[in-house]
Amino acid sequence: MTDIPTEQATVHRLAVVGAGVMGTNIAVLALGHGLDVTLVDVDDETLTAARRTIRHKLKHAQLLDALPAGRPHGALTTTTSLSDVAGATTVIEAVVEIAEVKRKVLAEVSATVAPGTLLISNTSCVPVDEMAAWVVRGEDLVGVHFMNPSYLIRMVEVIRGSATGDATMTAVGRLLGALNREALVVNDAPGFVINRLLHPLINRAAMLVQDGVASAETVDGLLEGCLGHTTGPLRTADLIGIDNLVDSLRVLHERTGDPECEPCDLMLQKVRDGHHGSKTGRGFYDYQSATEGRI
Amino acid sequence: MTETVEKELTAYLAERTGCEPAADQDLFASGVISSMFALQLVVHLEDEYDVEIIGPDLARENFSSVRAMSAMVQRLRADGAGGPGV
Repeated sequence: MTDIPTEQATVHRLAVVGAGVMGTNIAVLALGHGLDVTLVDVDDETLTAARRTIRHKLKHAQLLDALPAGRPHGALTTTTSLSDVAGATTVIEAVVEIAEVKRKVLAEVSATVAPGTLLISNTSCVPVDEMAAWVVRGEDLVGVHFMNPSYLIRMVEVIRGSATGDATMTAVGRLLGALNREALVVNDAPGFVINRLLHPLINRAAMLVQDGVASAETVDGLLEGCLGHTTGPLRTADLIGIDNLVDSLRVLHERTGDPECEPCDLMLQKVRDGHHGSKTGRGFYDYQSATEGRI
Repeated sequence: MTETVEKELTAYLAERTGCEPAADQDLFASGVISSMFALQLVVHLEDEYDVEIIGPDLARENFSSVRAMSAMVQRLRADGAGGPGV
């Protein structure tokens, strides 16, 4: 891996809001590249679990040579107080894909930080322009769609909203450089490129299982073997979290009217049953335990 | 002891991956361990054998086969048992 000078890491002070799958993934990516991280969530129990998850994910990243060799890890601070993001140079919002929750968090964050602080939403589907209306300075806001797991997949999708400023685009480029990520920039739209394609695919794959056309293993096996999909759509669903997927599909369906984005009955049933994917130990596949499956 | 850990790990891998590897089979090269499954394996070894895998031990060669993982686990357990105050 090409190393980035450690000095570049020290100019960034990152705050991540939301300690779920993506929040912990992004924290691992940053910590492993030497950036200090303040991780915010609503309760101490969630943050305790997140610390354990982050410890394991850092080991996972190291085992797979995904971190710069010999670079000291950044320091992790966890807090339930959103006001603790005040001193950050960048705040990344990684909360659930529910517009009202994002609106509340982004409004509070933007009122807390200084002008010019880079505001990133790790949005799955909510358009950046919609979120720009919720913050004090829309020019400071940009979407960055980190993949899962963020510390293993180098490419990210950057979404420039119509209000996103040039200085913000420069700042996000510097941050992603310090994190050794590659970026492709797209224009704003519900789901952008990746999830406008991926989420309906997952929904359709689940429908095929629901209709008895094939098992989850067979659907994934065909996509992997014939189309070169590395994980298969339904194992990908388990990694993302089926609950999060249903939220995102609803966002897409409400904003596009595309019937392919209306969550199918099987996905809804799995959410009702608490089978949210690897993080709960069961989704389309069974995992030994939530702890082992969580990623 | 060696044989026990190797048997346990083989059974674990068979259950979790559907493949029953030979003790010296390269688990990465043969595709038994995927990049995503590697995390589950780290957690399993730490929880099941009460060891902590850190620093240079987090290297592919220590996870490359049932035999290599077994050797690492036993070394870490021996190191822990011989530590101060034990």
